[in-house]
Amino acid sequence: MSATLLDRYGEVAGDEVVHHLRQLAAPLQGMRVVHVNSTREGGGVAEILHKMVPFMEELGLVPSWEVIEGEAEFYDCTKRFHNALQGNRVDVPRRLLQVYEKTNEEQAEKLRGALQDADVVIIHDPQPTALLKHFPRRKGKWVWRCHIDASHPHRPVWKFLRGFVADYDASIFSLPDFSQSLPHPQYIISPSIDPLSEKNIDLTPEEVSGTAGRFGLDPHRPTILQVSRFDRFKDPLGVIEAFHLVRQSLPRLQLVLAGGEATDDPEGAQVLAEVQEAADGHDDIHILLLPSDSHRVINALQRYSDLVFQKSIREGFGLTVAEAMWKSRPVIGGDTGGIRLQVVNHHTGFLVNTPEGAALRTRYLLSHREILHQMGRKARSFVRENFLLTRHLVEYLVMIHALSGRATERIELSRS
Amino acid sequence: MAAPTEKPIFELKDCALVSLATGRRAQSLGELRDNLAAVEPESLYHHFWGDMLRPRFDEPEFKNDFAAWARHALHDYVLSERLALVDPTLFESLEELRAEVVEICEERLHEVDRAVWAPRDQRFHFLTSTLVVFDTGERLEDPAELAAVVPRLPRGSIYYHFIDARRRHPDGVDDFRAWLRDRQNGYGALCDQLCEVDPFFSTLLETRETLAGIFSSWFNGGGR
Repeated sequence: MSATLLDRYGEVAGDEVVHHLRQLAAPLQGMRVVHVNSTREGGGVAEILHKMVPFMEELGLVPSWEVIEGEAEFYDCTKRFHNALQGNRVDVPRRLLQVYEKTNEEQAEKLRGALQDADVVIIHDPQPTALLKHFPRRKGKWVWRCHIDASHPHRPVWKFLRGFVADYDASIFSLPDFSQSLPHPQYIISPSIDPLSEKNIDLTPEEVSGTAGRFGLDPHRPTILQVSRFDRFKDPLGVIEAFHLVRQSLPRLQLVLAGGEATDDPEGAQVLAEVQEAADGHDDIHILLLPSDSHRVINALQRYSDLVFQKSIREGFGLTVAEAMWKSRPVIGGDTGGIRLQVVNHHTGFLVNTPEGAALRTRYLLSHREILHQMGRKARSFVRENFLLTRHLVEYLVMIHALSGRATERIELSRS
Repeated sequence: MAAPTEKPIFELKDCALVSLATGRRAQSLGELRDNLAAVEPESLYHHFWGDMLRPRFDEPEFKNDFAAWARHALHDYVLSERLALVDPTLFESLEELRAEVVEICEERLHEVDRAVWAPRDQRFHFLTSTLVVFDTGERLEDPAELAAVVPRLPRGSIYYHFIDARRRHPDGVDDFRAWLRDRQNGYGALCDQLCEVDPFFSTLLETRETLAGIFSSWFNGGGR
């Protein structure tokens, strides 16, 4: 990590936010902050942690990142948790709950040295949530960070998880609508993208066109893209339906569905098969199953596309929206969850509820290029101010100050 | 800012905040009224002022969250217009502000024939915030320095010294006025100009620009 990392972020995000970071971090020098999740690769959480941890380190904190591991049944259970928190009426058999608790118990022993004396422990999502009960003499503050749209969780599953979550010192949700009835402070912090990561850095036009060419995309035809895991909540079938509707008037349109696989998502293969069936071998529907480290490829595809879809029907936050907007692409997004926070209707893109709505907005933008470009510029500016890693970290540091025994409406930091 | 009567210097500060859920939610006008009457005053303050620290696309007609929600979730244009006109700078206390907002809701409840409910996923969530204030280390000894310093102040400093200050000073003035009037050096007219700056219907950057213009005119342009 370069010693000038903060300066580099200052160039992209602005000096003001970097100044804030330095000021906020100064009293927290040497503080041990441990993040815990269930995968190092794949998914938005891992992507955030890959940069959040070294960034904290450069600011003088002592961060670390631990990953819990389990057998297939453990991931089956936590995938059910994930779907249930997003509102699906998913049953979780008692046996799987026992696997979940047993896995957390085993992982607690493995991680005891890292977690017992940490000043702040941030547990990401349901997988490691039950670790807390195995640390009755923990030294620091424990925070549960929920990245999922938990606005209307399936009650039996939430009741089970709440039994663990309630004992935390605080929790973090991405949107107010996701917050729950809990006996501790609930912080509202949006996730973020890293503007200096492979997925978001500037690319040369040659690299962008070269990448598109590798996947057989025609540079002389309009292209729409959705980047997401093959997950029902991302509505890839709805995207294909919208594509066919637009093709009635724009027959040269190309669609790219670029998905990756997260190691904690056993349902992906099944959804992928359904998507392939719906595409039915169409020459202009490009279904790409990319390795989890294809950040630069995704970056190029986003820059290559005229506009980007995120037509989710449920979404925790939808980092791919901010990623596309950062590349000055308007986004046609599902009117749900964190997408609403990013897609400012008629400013940075359009919010839609149906494939028909998505098709209508796509036709409009592709036939009004100046508006498309204007929206793209506003989208990038909006992300710069709201959804970069720097802002995310500022809010984490504010929260850590609040948790450090001075939790009030106002905290005054002295220069000493 | 330091107590101006003790030290004739101006301590430049900055701030950042994080939002917290209060657990209170409203899905109808009646629920909004009930929660407004009971919510902690800090939440009321947050929904009128706290969001200013978050850059967003301006909707000048909806400078508070209640008005925006009435428009976008309840689709009650009458209510949103009335709420949008509420200027918190005109109320001496948050309780007076609360009474006004509750009264507007009460009035509307008497006018409408039936309860209108927002969609379940567009409920109003009452938030509050934790504000962290940090000392920039920069000190001003001469008010004339304001002309050069204010144009480059970050938004957090404008918020802290020109908006948040009104809650800290018993007579509700901003930090600049509190400092200047204590200098007893003929800054009365300058303070009057600052008093006329309305921060509520402007963004923080617009307010900074206005303040910078006033200070520049006063100290550099012979405005005094």
